[in-house]
Amino acid sequence: MDAFTTHTGRAVPLRRGNVDTDQIIPAVWLKQVSRTGFEKGLFSAWREDPAFVLNNPAYEGASILVAGPDFGTGSSREHAVWALQQYGFRVVIAARFGDIFRNNSTKMGLLPVVLPAAVVEALQSAVEADPSLEVTVDLEGRQVRWGGEAVGFEIDDYTRWRLMEGLDDIGLTLRNADDVTVYENGRQPWLPTTV
Amino acid sequence: MGRTLAEKVWEQHVVRRAEGEPDLLYIDLHLIHEVTSPQAFDGLRMAGRPIRRPELTIATEDHNVPTVRGPISDPVSRVQVETLRKNCAEFGVRLYPMGDAGQGVVHIIGPQFGLTQPGMTIVCGDSHTSTHGAFGGIAFGIGTSEVEHVLATQTLPAYRPKTMAIEVSGTLPAGVTAKDLILAIIAKIGTGGGQGYIVEYRGEAIRALSMEGRMTVCNMSIEAGARAGMIAPDETTLEYLKGRPHAPAGADWDAAVEYWKTLTSDEDAVFDTVVEIDATTLTPFVTWGTNPGQGAPLGASVPDPQDTDDPAAAARALEYMGLAAGTPLRDVRVDTVFVGSCTNGRLEDLRAVADVLRGRQVVTRTLIVPGSMLVKLQAEQEGLHEVFKAAGAEWREAGCSMCLGMNPDTLAPGERSASTSNRNFEGRQGKGGRTHLVSPQVAAATAVTGKLTAPADL
Repeated sequence: MDAFTTHTGRAVPLRRGNVDTDQIIPAVWLKQVSRTGFEKGLFSAWREDPAFVLNNPAYEGASILVAGPDFGTGSSREHAVWALQQYGFRVVIAARFGDIFRNNSTKMGLLPVVLPAAVVEALQSAVEADPSLEVTVDLEGRQVRWGGEAVGFEIDDYTRWRLMEGLDDIGLTLRNADDVTVYENGRQPWLPTTV
Repeated sequence: MGRTLAEKVWEQHVVRRAEGEPDLLYIDLHLIHEVTSPQAFDGLRMAGRPIRRPELTIATEDHNVPTVRGPISDPVSRVQVETLRKNCAEFGVRLYPMGDAGQGVVHIIGPQFGLTQPGMTIVCGDSHTSTHGAFGGIAFGIGTSEVEHVLATQTLPAYRPKTMAIEVSGTLPAGVTAKDLILAIIAKIGTGGGQGYIVEYRGEAIRALSMEGRMTVCNMSIEAGARAGMIAPDETTLEYLKGRPHAPAGADWDAAVEYWKTLTSDEDAVFDTVVEIDATTLTPFVTWGTNPGQGAPLGASVPDPQDTDDPAAAARALEYMGLAAGTPLRDVRVDTVFVGSCTNGRLEDLRAVADVLRGRQVVTRTLIVPGSMLVKLQAEQEGLHEVFKAAGAEWREAGCSMCLGMNPDTLAPGERSASTSNRNFEGRQGKGGRTHLVSPQVAAATAVTGKLTAPADL
């Protein structure tokens, strides 16, 4: 995945809570076996409504999604992350995320930023007032900045390091393959196999 | 200080622990299906990596298969299923394909084969993997990157979630099911209430549930935001497991049982959060909105958005659902009834539906989809399919079907369902479709009257 250190871009306010992954990408888009082409499916049902925020030309090219609480709940489909990235998003900011979605995002280099609900709403209001407002998400400094504002966010050191280095998780684990072998040798003999 | 069940199982699976890093957790069983695995296999191929333990991996075709006999007519879906077959052949994974007696919904076949056992770690690229926690293991859904990780390493790096106890005291009144209980729990704690937690369901009402009922409860942990839900193993668990094809036998059984009996939360264990529910107060429960937390007792009315925690979300949900505040839920007319899914597609669910439909006629389109081919066979051996057909319901082949509407089983725009599945999201069962989540018993009674109904109302 691409390394993420700091990103500056324009933001889209999505004033809805509980945006589940079925809304981010409906199941009909999950039939493909490739990893590309999912941007067309992003919010595809909602995008049919001309009033939907992503259809507002003022937000064209925005790369930061500022959403309501509990973003990415529901299905484990990583296609939701791929769709957001392929559409052009690098960051999603929300007060709370579905656990699996947040995990999937950090595996792919889409940065999920948790900010207090009141701060998220303030940022939404700011970009509604001025869609050209530039927002900086600084992973190194753990800070989101816009206008004269600067708000810190929390992320664990390990995930931050992995994102900043753009490291492949599998490669990291394989460095410890010997530990896995040692563990396997101690597993209980009654544990099932599928053959 | 004592340890919780979740802590015991987690600690048993830590391969590596280092300061400032997530634990590396060993995975005992990896379930895969056609929808979330193809990109993971591509990743393995690109990196030249094999599957570390193919014999701890099992595959089936469920999400995107038709539930009528015959070939897959949609060419894109056919390619997806064929891709799984090619990948399993190339990488040496045991596959239960369409038409095979072992095929079925991934979370139904694991327990049915005895592959799901107490104390195990189980993952799958599907959020309802939490189902398997009913046996006292840690089971959770993962994304495709993690599917690839498990295939390559049989491990996952993960931080241990916090622990939540949901204590359900008393006994469920007659006519109130495991599904009503979990819907009521989700309505109480909310769709985000379990975020960051492993939930352990405890208490008298949980102990009284069958394994199938326990699976229904653990299945919908994710709808409360929790990646995993679990129930300590007991005699009910052992009775279910004994003699199943992949369950231990002979001396192995005795050794396993000795270990499994240690899998309870210690009396002095401390949970990060405790939620208490009084089972005796519960009644049949249904959803009225577009997330699983927007539910109410069947005897209630569609709420006024102003009386809910999130008025804007509730107003939007009612608009999508085409419902007016104040309408009694029993007056809501339904076009289609769906019985099936990893939540309620097991034999006991089908028996409950048959008990309601016997000697009655359905007035809605009614799809009854067994969770696996074995469930189908068992139901037919009991003659349940004859009851369904005589009542005018459709009896289908096994699959996920209308739970997620990937295959041709979908709602039309504006069409309303009573569904035994797990999600009432906008468009979940078909674009523009409107879903009410219900128990199998309520689904069956609703099919008879065409309005949301409990069997006791008939």
